[in-house]
Amino acid sequence: MEWIFKPWPWYIGGPLIAFVMFLLLFLGKNFGMSSNLRTLCTICGAGKSTRFFDFDWKTQQWNLLVAFGAIIGGWIGVNWLSDSIAVQLHPDTINQLHQFNIKSAGEAYMPEELFSLQALSNPKVLITLSLGGFLVGFGARYAGGCTSGHAISGLSNLQLVSLYAVIGFFIGGLAMNHFLLPYFF
Amino acid sequence: MRQLYFLFIGIFFGIIMFKSEAASWFRIYEMFQFKSFHMYGIIGSALFFGVIIIQVIKRLKLKSAFGETIQIPNKEKSVSRYILGGTLFGLGWGLAGACPGPMFTLIGAGFIPILVVIFFALIGTWVYGLFVKKLPH
Repeated sequence: MEWIFKPWPWYIGGPLIAFVMFLLLFLGKNFGMSSNLRTLCTICGAGKSTRFFDFDWKTQQWNLLVAFGAIIGGWIGVNWLSDSIAVQLHPDTINQLHQFNIKSAGEAYMPEELFSLQALSNPKVLITLSLGGFLVGFGARYAGGCTSGHAISGLSNLQLVSLYAVIGFFIGGLAMNHFLLPYFF
Repeated sequence: MRQLYFLFIGIFFGIIMFKSEAASWFRIYEMFQFKSFHMYGIIGSALFFGVIIIQVIKRLKLKSAFGETIQIPNKEKSVSRYILGGTLFGLGWGLAGACPGPMFTLIGAGFIPILVVIFFALIGTWVYGLFVKKLPH
């Protein structure tokens, strides 16, 4: 049972994600996390501003429960199921991030330079987090799904359009990672 | 009771996201640098089993726990919305290093600044809703 407390390898994580998709299908639902963002907009009253949000959010209650569970799961993961949470990275990755002044690379789960409370007082960090979040929210709805809806559910169902979406995810991700990210640090 | 199933599936999903490190900003960065097989292994093996699961469900016309035939809707046909929307999503994914599933997990794991990311993801979703008719789809 020792392995549970270590980081899980890809051949454990991947099949378990497929199993989550199966469980949701077995309960008559489809796996897709970004729909929750739309539902939350509706709950906040966005239905008054535009018809896109004018639907009965209670039909999506099940998905909000999955999201709420994911919060609890994160808490359990860090507090009960981990002895050390530092992510083991390739030495080249660590070197590169050190050059960008991300000194926590190799020693933490998330970069402290972006995801600690102290970091929030840095305006550059606030821009990074808010712009990143905005693009994820806008892009996920525009593309009709995110990593779970397209890269897992859609591709598993052999949907060609999900392949277009995933190609888009990588065009954007690679452009950000290789050309734009250095300007944010 | 039904609601509890969804809560438990969510808890299970959150644990997987955290423990497989798919929720780590560093893992997403390294994926786009092609320095590690880890994320490709996760997505690839999820897909390997995902394709089999969906084929079995469709061919055997399996029923859900509540006795209805399992419906897996086809996605709407288009190219532009998927490439354009996908690219914008990818830019955000590469910057914030978190997609919508892990965002929730990271709240529970105690990385408070993720709330800024989520707040702006909600704004982004809302702005899309405002301009939905004006965008090419």
